[in-house]
Amino acid sequence: MTEKMDKKPIISLRNVIKKYGENLVVNKINLDIYQGEFLTLLGASGCGKTTTLRMIAGFEDITEGEIFLEDENMAGKPPYHRNVNTVFQSYALFPHMNVFDNVAFGLVEKKMKKAEIRKKVREVLELVQLTGFERRKPDQMSGGQKQRVAIARAIVNNPRVLLLDEPLGALDLKLRRQMQLDLKHLQQQLNITFVYVTHDQEEAMTMSDRIAIMNGGVFEQIGTAEEIYEHPKTKFVADFIGESNIFETSIHAVEEKMLKLIMEQGDVTVREQGFEVNEIAYLCVRPENIKISEFPVEGFNLKGIIKENIYVGSQIKTTIEMINGYLVKKTAFPDGDMKPAGSIVYLYWDDGKSVLMHTKEDKIYNYIESAEGGSIPS
Amino acid sequence: MKAAAKAGKEKKNGYGYDLIAYTVYAFLYLPILIVIIYSFNKSEINVNFTGFTLDWYKELFSKDRDLWQALKTSLLLASYSTIISCVIGTFATIAMHRYRFPGKQIIENLLYIPIVIPEIVIGIAFLATMSMFGINMSMTTLVISHVTFCVPFVIFTLRPRISGFDASIEEAAMDLGANQWHTLKRVTIPMLVPGIIASALMSFTLSIDDVTISFFAAGPENTTLPIKIYGMVRGKISPDVYGQCVIIMLGTIALVAAAMLILSANARRTKRIQSN
Repeated sequence: MTEKMDKKPIISLRNVIKKYGENLVVNKINLDIYQGEFLTLLGASGCGKTTTLRMIAGFEDITEGEIFLEDENMAGKPPYHRNVNTVFQSYALFPHMNVFDNVAFGLVEKKMKKAEIRKKVREVLELVQLTGFERRKPDQMSGGQKQRVAIARAIVNNPRVLLLDEPLGALDLKLRRQMQLDLKHLQQQLNITFVYVTHDQEEAMTMSDRIAIMNGGVFEQIGTAEEIYEHPKTKFVADFIGESNIFETSIHAVEEKMLKLIMEQGDVTVREQGFEVNEIAYLCVRPENIKISEFPVEGFNLKGIIKENIYVGSQIKTTIEMINGYLVKKTAFPDGDMKPAGSIVYLYWDDGKSVLMHTKEDKIYNYIESAEGGSIPS
Repeated sequence: MKAAAKAGKEKKNGYGYDLIAYTVYAFLYLPILIVIIYSFNKSEINVNFTGFTLDWYKELFSKDRDLWQALKTSLLLASYSTIISCVIGTFATIAMHRYRFPGKQIIENLLYIPIVIPEIVIGIAFLATMSMFGINMSMTTLVISHVTFCVPFVIFTLRPRISGFDASIEEAAMDLGANQWHTLKRVTIPMLVPGIIASALMSFTLSIDDVTISFFAAGPENTTLPIKIYGMVRGKISPDVYGQCVIIMLGTIALVAAAMLILSANARRTKRIQSN
């Protein structure tokens, strides 16, 4: 991560906006993608991730802002003048051509010599383990094989960046897992920058150096899988990646790096900085970090009753009902701390295992506070 | 399994329907059968069959020069109008699929008009227009008139195929360095080829047996085969006309069969592309 930050970006998005009529799809995003990086745009459908990829490829105009590929502004450049290649979700193989002609398509466009084309196609087919399939037509191949032809057809052109639009979406789970690893290894072997679009968080975490989580046309957070999981910056990210217990709290007191929080479920003291008194915030704790005790733990006043324990093989999933009816999710290994259903327990977690996040609501809260105080905000 | 059993049951129950179906087929095909039979009839009068002969076919192929001239005209006409219709129709289909332009919906709906309105109206309208501009009827006017009614059929044949295309296939071509023209030449048109062949066969078939429009659009030297036959049967029906009809029928059936084969292969392929 840090070593990558030292390098120059290969792709830069600067204040990119995309509108379809009045509909704002991508809202002023900024992103630097570095040489040799595997970056994933992750988000639910309609979040703008595919549109972003298509703007880099040149299939969509940019409403406002700029995209640079190796310091060159791509404005007005058609797809066939950009040194990037795309792997499409539907593979988009040419149905009237066999595998050889499909893979050779880009090289023929470059007017490469026939002998050289043959050599390059042979090499790339070997790389994707499709040697001997040269004469096959796309409709005589399985989904996984077609996918590999699509990848071969793109990388044979030696692009600076490979763009992949949910390339594994149509494959079954087992094949998809295998292809995830194959793709990751291929990327490391070729040292080509990959920009990968997916809605599958597990896929994103398996493959990516960095993940950019998109929601409503903006990036919620950009970081490594670990950063995003351990330190989500927004409630959306905490919710979207893995499971989370999210408590709504207000900051009661700020004391030397410690914050006293009041929530409906009880009071907690956490080690956090950068929050003000009376600010509303979200407190996020992953289910695997929730611990239970029969007695109150210092700094925590969270009492609940165990609703049920569900054994799912590798883990036990426990649901704890809090005073206000909020259900806390907890997971533990079968030999971990477990209490039978109906037990009254006190929740706690280790220092640093919770994340406190700013909300957009705090400003409204401040406004109401000051209004109640009688002073009119100027 | 269940569905098949049910279908079998329905067949047995439909006794009366069978009868109706046979009657309909009899009405459709009996006259054609009669033409075939009488083309081999020794007697010149068609009411009684006096014996088998190939004389009428011999006569057809030996002496009647006019008939051969008409056949040549018809084949030339059909070839020209097929080629021109396919070129116009293919590019029109691609343009209508790819671009949005003002009045697109109107143009699409206008395509139905040559198919829907009676041929006699088209014929008269064509004649009126040509004489208004003082253009004499010739092979050129004949070809123009045939292209007019063939183009919609070409577009209607190609349109389902092109809308079945995955839009990203053309994007993939551009992504791999092909400009607009190369994309068209290397990807879009080759993918349309089966559809173009099918619509060529259809245009050829439509053009070669057209009487009504040709009747108005043809000049005196450009008598097509159907017009010639039409003229021949206005007096007495001579058995050599039957022979002529049988030959045309066989030719047409062969063409239509080829078109159907290509179309069904085409449909299967489109389905496969879509299901993938």
